[in-house]
Amino acid sequence: MGQVIVVTSGKGGVGKTTSTAALGAALALSGQKVVVVDFDVGLRNLDLVMGAERRVVYDLVNVIQGDAKLPQALIRDKRLETLFLLPASQTRDKDALTPEGVEWVMNELKRYFDWIICDSPAGIERGATLAMRHADLAVVVTNPEVSSVRDSDRIIGLLDAKTLKAERGERMEKFLLLTRYDPIRAERGDMLKVDDVLEILSIPLIGIVPESTDVLRASNLGAPVTLADNRCAPALAYFDAARRLAGESIPIVIPGEKKGLFGKIFGRRAA
Amino acid sequence: MPKVLTDARSIRIKGRSFLAVVLSPELPFEDWLVQLDDLARRSAGFFLERPVVLDVTDLEIDRKKLKGLIDELVKRNVRVMGLEGARPSWLGPGMPPAMRGGKPASDFEITPSEPAEASASAAETGSEPPKPEIEVAQLPTVRMDALAERPQPQSMVIREPVRSGQSVIFPEGDVTVIGSVASGAEIIAGGSVHIYGTLRGRALAGTLGNASARIFCRKLEAELLAIDGIYTTADEMSPDLLGQAVHLWLDGDAIRAQKLT
Repeated sequence: MGQVIVVTSGKGGVGKTTSTAALGAALALSGQKVVVVDFDVGLRNLDLVMGAERRVVYDLVNVIQGDAKLPQALIRDKRLETLFLLPASQTRDKDALTPEGVEWVMNELKRYFDWIICDSPAGIERGATLAMRHADLAVVVTNPEVSSVRDSDRIIGLLDAKTLKAERGERMEKFLLLTRYDPIRAERGDMLKVDDVLEILSIPLIGIVPESTDVLRASNLGAPVTLADNRCAPALAYFDAARRLAGESIPIVIPGEKKGLFGKIFGRRAA
Repeated sequence: MPKVLTDARSIRIKGRSFLAVVLSPELPFEDWLVQLDDLARRSAGFFLERPVVLDVTDLEIDRKKLKGLIDELVKRNVRVMGLEGARPSWLGPGMPPAMRGGKPASDFEITPSEPAEASASAAETGSEPPKPEIEVAQLPTVRMDALAERPQPQSMVIREPVRSGQSVIFPEGDVTVIGSVASGAEIIAGGSVHIYGTLRGRALAGTLGNASARIFCRKLEAELLAIDGIYTTADEMSPDLLGQAVHLWLDGDAIRAQKLT
């Protein structure tokens, strides 16, 4: 049975869709079967980031309403044969998602895929709660900035209350993915530091993705950043995060603290 | 030295809990109202002067239908003081306010006012006798005499962080949190509040009128603090208390604070 991951944040624009695509591609590169599911009905974007917008025929809502079969709506990635996309509908709204329909789709997907990654819409309403409902684990995407941190905290509370796992009395595993991290601004105090965010949210960290133009460039190309340029810093961070999700333990490097020996000695002297 | 955090003329905001009857209507409403009428017939005046909350969670209805139901209830002298589980689109002017955070209590005992008449009417119609268990299930709340008993001191312990948007309400006694209370979260206790972590949200102690309740936290970054209705906000707190382990109590009408060393 496949593992269901929800990528969520509460706040918009923090990098949920980018992270869904990048983690999906990173897991698929290791040969596992992955489907990324867009739950942002009405404001879909995952198809663009995956570069599949011209190939969308049927979508999640069509499947739920019985207008299409699930395999008809799944789009295979052109670059990776184990990576699939289940797009959202752009012409409908979140009310088109029914709890029973989503449950059926999730159970079907679990039979065929190793990983089902759900890209949650922003907010805490129907779309977001349905996206998290069937998750086995959650990736909480947060920017090092107070409003994003507080919204993530709210989402963590909901993950512990409104998911099937929580209702069954089991513990939902939650991981923090810190995105758009700018070490220079963090050092200047314009941004929250990693430790501050971890102290507030108190869930395990699976990666720090540095702020980078590579991410924007990849999105505009229609490719997950892990496929567009697998050597750039954000891609490396996503590769490590994907391995941690799969259960490997790899130490986390905080960007900007990767100073050489000389830097370390110098830094100590200055302090 | 203890510091006075507020001036003496602050506004008192008091919490008070009332016991309400919760009605959970079922579709179709026509049949449910028939059941309700049957109940009302057997215990006349049950709903008179009693606060009634309508639980409409998961009902597939619209605002118009809900309004219709409320009007039907008004005709039966049942005044709905709040709606639980209503969609935001159903609320607004002319509708009862939304209620949330209600805690279940034990069932109401429904004492038929004239049992003889009730059984007589059942015999009259020749139908099966009324099923009291159905009505009891529909009216989850409290046996009145249970409230009159002397309350035992109680405490609540929370072993994980209280997240933004969460509200812990415990009028029965003390609340202890082993973890932090996030910005936008709140702890409301009838007794004292103890936080073994950072208090970033709100802590309200002694909300049922207990002036001797206190607030303790390992690190003070609170948005709002209140004891027995006297409150103070982050802006009014002395800056040198922020980030410190602090202990707060009430002295007359002023909140005083001292660092814990």
